[in-house]
Amino acid sequence: MRLALLSDIHSNIQALEACLLHAENQSVQGYAFLGDLVGYGANPGPVVERLMQLAQEGAIVLKGNHDEMAVRPPEAARTMGELTAKWTHQQLSDEQRAWLDALPFTHRQDTLFLVHASAHQPEAWHYVYDENGAQESISAAAQFPEVRHVFGGHVHHQALYFRGVHADLMKFAPQPGVAIPVAPHRQWLSTIGSVGQPRDGNTDAMYAIFDSDKWQLTFHRVPYDYYAAAADSRSAGLPEYLALRLEKGR
Amino acid sequence: MTALQEGSQIDGFTLGSCIHAGSRASIYEVRRGPPGGAVSHVPLIMKVPHQAAGEGAADIVSFEVESQILEALRGLHVPHFVAAGDLARQPYLVMERVHGHTLQQTLDAGASLTVEEIARLGAAMAHAVHAVHQQNAVHLDLKPANILVRDDGNAVLLDFGLSCHAHFPDLLAEQAHRALGTPAWIAPEQLFGVRGDPRSDLFALGVILYQLSTGELPFGAPRTDKGMRERLWMDPRPPRKLRKEIPPWLQEIILRCLEPEAAKRYPSAALLAFDLTNPDQIRITARGNNLSGTGFITRFRRRLKASGFHYLPSPVVSQQISEVPIVMVAVAHQDVREDTLYSLRQAAARSLGTRPGARLACVTVISPAEASIQRRTLTALQLWATPLESSTHQMSFHVLVSHDVAQALLDYASANDVSVMVLGAATHGVKTQRLFATVPIKVAMNAPCTVILVKQTHDSERNKSNALGESNA
Repeated sequence: MRLALLSDIHSNIQALEACLLHAENQSVQGYAFLGDLVGYGANPGPVVERLMQLAQEGAIVLKGNHDEMAVRPPEAARTMGELTAKWTHQQLSDEQRAWLDALPFTHRQDTLFLVHASAHQPEAWHYVYDENGAQESISAAAQFPEVRHVFGGHVHHQALYFRGVHADLMKFAPQPGVAIPVAPHRQWLSTIGSVGQPRDGNTDAMYAIFDSDKWQLTFHRVPYDYYAAAADSRSAGLPEYLALRLEKGR
Repeated sequence: MTALQEGSQIDGFTLGSCIHAGSRASIYEVRRGPPGGAVSHVPLIMKVPHQAAGEGAADIVSFEVESQILEALRGLHVPHFVAAGDLARQPYLVMERVHGHTLQQTLDAGASLTVEEIARLGAAMAHAVHAVHQQNAVHLDLKPANILVRDDGNAVLLDFGLSCHAHFPDLLAEQAHRALGTPAWIAPEQLFGVRGDPRSDLFALGVILYQLSTGELPFGAPRTDKGMRERLWMDPRPPRKLRKEIPPWLQEIILRCLEPEAAKRYPSAALLAFDLTNPDQIRITARGNNLSGTGFITRFRRRLKASGFHYLPSPVVSQQISEVPIVMVAVAHQDVREDTLYSLRQAAARSLGTRPGARLACVTVISPAEASIQRRTLTALQLWATPLESSTHQMSFHVLVSHDVAQALLDYASANDVSVMVLGAATHGVKTQRLFATVPIKVAMNAPCTVILVKQTHDSERNKSNALGESNA
């Protein structure tokens, strides 16, 4: 089964559509969205509508911290995310908000454990930036002995964590388009990057494909019309910083 | 796992006889299909490890690494990958059976090789190593038993069990940074767990060249970590001391490969191959002439320096070697305008880049009818290149004799792993331009490397650009 893993779409419909088209051309058989469907970006309504439709067709959709914030935005905004949460809340219908609110935190299936942030206290949204964070997450997922692949988003960077000769976890920076063997006799953890808000200086959207027949994980970078996404952000009256971020990829 | 024997079936392959039973793996002849079926055209072998999969078992990890890397590598310098078995169920690796002799077999035969044979074998090894480095892999366990020379003279690298590929997680890496390699051939930095430096392979090539030249190992075959560390400060005995007929240029090459500091070795295997195929162009230093080895002070300094060695993650392999290009500049020898020659020189200088170690090969092609002017042409070429002289890169000069200018340039570029070729867009003549305008086009279309076509600027423009260049500086 070839499963497309997409995370941190952040209301960027242009990036989402580009990745879905790319994945379709890679003949994927399923989709999993690992949270943060909304927040920051200018098109929360169309993104949620598209995902509700994909969920009906069988896609796995998980909840992220920005989805939670969009349902119940904080009164006083302290961060850019909180600032856009209120705006996002207003853009969504009651039905869409209820759907977001009902999304699960995690999903388990065979060797897979999917989560937005860390498998360790998923609702606390711990960041997996390094080997320590990855170790915490992988240890928590290990309570289910069949789990070998822990995949998440949240940090907007593509990374693969694996075990060296000894027990230590090591971090690996993947090359886009290269199929990396991730055989189930080892434990693997990956942060699959962000579809809608790349932050590594490259404007291309990020996602990954997991192939559970060949046991391969392939990271992808997909060019999309980020000028259009930035233009939508400006015309929605969102802070200029967010539009620039899409144009610079950081 | 069931016991394997002749006639056993694994995933559609039928085992033939066992051709090698090692401590870590056995190797069988194998073919596709059921017993008694047709024999395939390409002879295949199957490597089967003696241990089942599981995290931590170093031998099976090394097998996993080899399967991964071999599958990713292409070309005639590695065995062609055919299939790999499920590590958890029945690990195996099926690949092309390469015919030829390993260098270990050559050494075991005991025949003394001529200097020309050593240089030819060395260049073949270096080309093979460069081909692997260009694909982002470093071998890290080169030794005579792992280098096979095909009947056509091309070298093939075997056993990628300790190798490292920049596109895959390095399963053998670990925080403790233990040395991984074979003691006699291991590079000093590998002792500190550095994996992914292509120059580690050049050290091993130096050890092999030393063996081929002298019949001895430069640092013996130490059994302890302490013994292996001696190569950080000790010099091997100069090859010329062991065998008089070794020329200084060959000793220069071998000892440059064996420098304890990676930065003092050849920056790429292509540059090593270049020297081995162009021995008359080597700049010989004290290293090549020395018969007594370095003194106590140098060794002491190295020892102090060695204590500061530490692990650094390596950048992507192909990037490391592309920063030290072999730049080839094709210079026409007749009917060529001064301003064309000037523009060519400027372009060549820019292409050498900023990192020390790059090499400039200045090439001219003359027709067989012009053979008498070969010497004169060489001198003119050297004169042309004088302004490009620098201590950070080496230059060499080559007058090729051929009827077909474009083909001669192309052949030279592929034989020497040239990274960038610089030539005039309308080079080779003003009068005969109509006839020869096809040379740059043919070269650009068929070159195995980047081609820079230089357009001549007219005198007035050249002066203008000079002035601009100065004001920009």
